[in-house]
Amino acid sequence: MTENIIEVSELWKVYSKKDINFNVEDEDMIESLDVSGDSVVAVRNVSFSVKPGEVFIVMGLSGSGKSTLIRCLLRLVDISWGSVRINGQEITAMNKRELTEFRRHQAAMVFQHYGLLPHKTVIENVAFGLKLRGVPKKERRERAAETLKIVGLEKWDNYYPASLSGGMRQRVGIARALVADTPLLLMDEPFSGLDPLIRREMQEELVRIQEELHKTIFFVTHDLDEAMRLGDRMAVMKNGEIVQIGKPPEVFANPADDYVARFVQDKREEIRKTDEQMAALATQPEKAVNNDVS
Amino acid sequence: MFPESLRFSVAKSVNQGIRWLLQTHGSAFDSFSSGILGLLLWVQGRLVSVPWWGYIVIVAVMAWIATRKIVPTLVLAFLPFFIGMFGLWGLAMETLALVITSVVIALAIGIPFGILMAEANLFADIIKPILDAMQTMPSFVYLIPAMMLFGLGKVPAVIATLIYALPPVMRLTCLGLQQVPKPVQEAARAYGATRWQLLKEVRIPLAMPSILAGVNQTTMMALAMVVIASMIGARGLGQEVLMAINRIDVGRGFEAGISIVIMGIVIDRITQGLAKRWDPNRR
Repeated sequence: MTENIIEVSELWKVYSKKDINFNVEDEDMIESLDVSGDSVVAVRNVSFSVKPGEVFIVMGLSGSGKSTLIRCLLRLVDISWGSVRINGQEITAMNKRELTEFRRHQAAMVFQHYGLLPHKTVIENVAFGLKLRGVPKKERRERAAETLKIVGLEKWDNYYPASLSGGMRQRVGIARALVADTPLLLMDEPFSGLDPLIRREMQEELVRIQEELHKTIFFVTHDLDEAMRLGDRMAVMKNGEIVQIGKPPEVFANPADDYVARFVQDKREEIRKTDEQMAALATQPEKAVNNDVS
Repeated sequence: MFPESLRFSVAKSVNQGIRWLLQTHGSAFDSFSSGILGLLLWVQGRLVSVPWWGYIVIVAVMAWIATRKIVPTLVLAFLPFFIGMFGLWGLAMETLALVITSVVIALAIGIPFGILMAEANLFADIIKPILDAMQTMPSFVYLIPAMMLFGLGKVPAVIATLIYALPPVMRLTCLGLQQVPKPVQEAARAYGATRWQLLKEVRIPLAMPSILAGVNQTTMMALAMVVIASMIGARGLGQEVLMAINRIDVGRGFEAGISIVIMGIVIDRITQGLAKRWDPNRR
């Protein structure tokens, strides 16, 4: 029995145009992959674990391998090397049927570009995962309708995704993931495409849902604000490697290297400026401050 | 000039091959032939049993469903009227039977094969050059052997029409399936869709506009083939055109030609309109 819901060790993912027999022991080969133009090492010797009920953030710039990493957890891409255990099950050893069952019952994913089916209505989209499992129509409709209430879209059930705004579409994406009732929720930059106000609103909503449902959430983002706001722990990725893991305030206070430091620098700058502005406000005459407030 | 010493001819072996097919498998071709003829006559029987004004009504209803506009509906419903006025109604029905039979068989073969092409790259690699050949080979080249194998008349016409009209629906089915956005497919896979579920729930519905464009193209090409098919004895509007050419009767040829054009426009507008109704992105 493992205590961790996700356990990843020595995970490698290489995208290659050629057929390659990947082997971690063969250092020359890895070096040649790095140099060659037709292969990319997207995930490089990554190990970490996530406890049940935790919100685990993976942060990094685009191209750092974070989206590939989240796809490895569902084996949406073939894993080159290493082990991924979810709820004690070894993903890499599964055959097709086991993998289908695993995807249906153990984990649900929310995508940056929503991944909604344009030819199905909102409620059909939400019920899609249940339909794949073979849940009878009446039951899946009821469950989908209930979940739509959680995300506040109960009145939009018969609209098509095309007539919804970005924020609403992602609510549908979240509802589709929640209705599957899986212990694990995978979120791949779910709020990156939304404008700042809606993004903030969705983050708060996610916090609210999490307080209610206590899922394990694996959340990929490139936004440090988002990581600080949502994460219990976070990992920072660079060139396919995890360069630092820790609680967001720790990472913020003690960046492990220059890369992480640059990441947090902007944020520090922002905080420093706000502090200065607040200080400036505080030193101004009473009257001016009152004007500002009114 | 190409060196004479490298000359190599397959003409003789092709001739022998056809003769061998005729001698050894003649009866198989005959029974296949009578099967197709049965289907064709059945379709023709259904078509003839509908009175002429019935077609006006059917065209009007379908045009309304397809376009939802008054003027195009009225125009499309009125057009077949001309065919009757030219005295070509009966021949038009025979042509329609030929087109419908060919298209039904073409779709029954073309759509499943198109799906297979999209699913299996190797299959697509094998099929594509064959489709190229079917589309570029001058139709008379296969019209003659088709006539030798299936006899004179409508059956070789159906076969020749099939060869000519099958490629578009196959290609467009395959293309439509390949163009389904990857993120949508990935989402379906992430929720545990099997290959079959992915095809049935996601890929085919989203490829529908492209598949229906293929149906439209196949129908148009089938209609274009009927004139050529009349040269091997298929009755219908094509035969009228052929006769007019032989007698240098320009006016008669014009009437028959216009009738074919009218059928083309009506079928094209209706199938295109229905395809648009089906497009999930337009809702």
